Amino acid sequence: MLLIPCPHCGDRPELEFVYGGQAHIARPADPSALSDQAWAEYLYMRDNPKGPHAERWRHTHGCGHFFNLVRDTTSDMILASYRTGEPRPTLAADPKGAA
Amino acid sequence: MQPFSAFSLFREGLKGQKGWTPQWRTPEPKPAYDAVIVGGGGHGLGAAYYLAKEHGLTNIALLEKGWIGGGNTGRNTTIIRSNYLFDESAALYDHALKLWEGLSQTLNYNVMFSQRGVLMLAHTVHDVQSFQRHIHANRANGVDNEWLTPQAAKAFCPPLNITANIRYPVLGGALQRRGGTARHDAVAWGYARAADALGVDILQNCEVVGIQRDINGAVEAVETTRGPIRTKKVGVSAAGHTSVVLGMAGVRLPLESYPLQALVSEPIKPVFPCVVMSNTVHAYISQSDKGELVIGAGTDVYTSYTQRGGLHINSHTLDAVCELFPQFRRMRMLRNWGGIVDVTPDRSPIIAKTPVPGLYVNCGWGTGGFKATPGAAHLLAWTMAKDQPHPINAPFTIERFRDGHLIDEAAAAAVAH
Repeated sequence: MLLIPCPHCGDRPELEFVYGGQAHIARPADPSALSDQAWAEYLYMRDNPKGPHAERWRHTHGCGHFFNLVRDTTSDMILASYRTGEPRPTLAADPKGAA
Repeated sequence: MQPFSAFSLFREGLKGQKGWTPQWRTPEPKPAYDAVIVGGGGHGLGAAYYLAKEHGLTNIALLEKGWIGGGNTGRNTTIIRSNYLFDESAALYDHALKLWEGLSQTLNYNVMFSQRGVLMLAHTVHDVQSFQRHIHANRANGVDNEWLTPQAAKAFCPPLNITANIRYPVLGGALQRRGGTARHDAVAWGYARAADALGVDILQNCEVVGIQRDINGAVEAVETTRGPIRTKKVGVSAAGHTSVVLGMAGVRLPLESYPLQALVSEPIKPVFPCVVMSNTVHAYISQSDKGELVIGAGTDVYTSYTQRGGLHINSHTLDAVCELFPQFRRMRMLRNWGGIVDVTPDRSPIIAKTPVPGLYVNCGWGTGGFKATPGAAHLLAWTMAKDQPHPINAPFTIERFRDGHLIDEAAAAAVAH
């Protein structure tokens, strides 16, 4: 079980949280203007990296806030925890050229 | 290839079992092949076999980064069934089930396919209605599936607790008698042996690290840890690592990779005659021929490539197993593990051409790929050989997500997703 650092409450067990998938996916401002391909990209395509992954979590059984983690999917080590609305921090573990 | 028969077993018994030879070669990579399969699980090995057997392509390499059958083929709970709801899915999984029924004879290798029946338990009114709908849809598609009352379920599976005072009492079950289990390693080894005999080079410890494309964008070579290999056709059957391999060719897929866990108990005498699945309380259980109870747990909630997961996922399943089968409460578990499964948004697989000419993919089997092994292999081989899908896998494209033609099998693994 992961020990997840909520940016509001500190370290809490994984059971208190709900996973929300890849972070920083903004809903398109004008969906009807999108091509089918772009809409499918928004709905279904995810990065699925083997390495650092920025992802949403919600502290459902705690403060209730959404927040973001960067977690290494090769080790499940949590590399960063930050509040919703903040940009993804740049990490030493990031592959070259990644955002 | 040394054919197996009762006579050969008898003869080797008299000679002290000294006459057996390796079941497949250990060749060095050649500089070029007509086709390359990436991934040495049952799906990939089977695809290499069917390409050679049915489509006449024998200059084939199969690339496996570890050892064959060491990924999800060796990490699942070996449940085989085909009672899926939608027409497309029923056709796909029943195609596989029909191939399973003759596989030991086809390969001259005992895959220990045992049609002991798969019983899916209903615990709520919703379950009962959903399973009845499945049963009627299955029958319309020629797939066997029948309703059992709690008493009939108990008669079919005597260890089952059908008392009314448990948290989720058994209200009945859907039984597919043609379903069952097979021996996972034997599937990989049987296909490997048969493919090797047809000339397929099985290259283990050979990881793909790049895919080269020509000026028109078509595949022209794969780069591996054992050197470059030129080829015009690449079929990827890499389960949880499909996103990584396809990413080398710039192809994005609607896949997320999750750890799926399973565990086995200490071995005991035969006590459990069938396969039982319950999606509501999340218990999957059968007994292997070695005597271990084989128990399928759930996926972790987060994406990962670690091949392990949280212990609470297993204990949740054991809670359910102990309530449904109280006689197992004092048993000890022997080992647990995780496999990385690639899950699509509609829980149906992709067996298709990709936007890159010469690159084909078989992926997205999520939590239920073992049952489809011969079918997926057969259809990937067909799609690669003819450069067009077989009618059975034609609906299972990547483009269905763009075009809205989802095959939305929420019950694909009978798991409450």
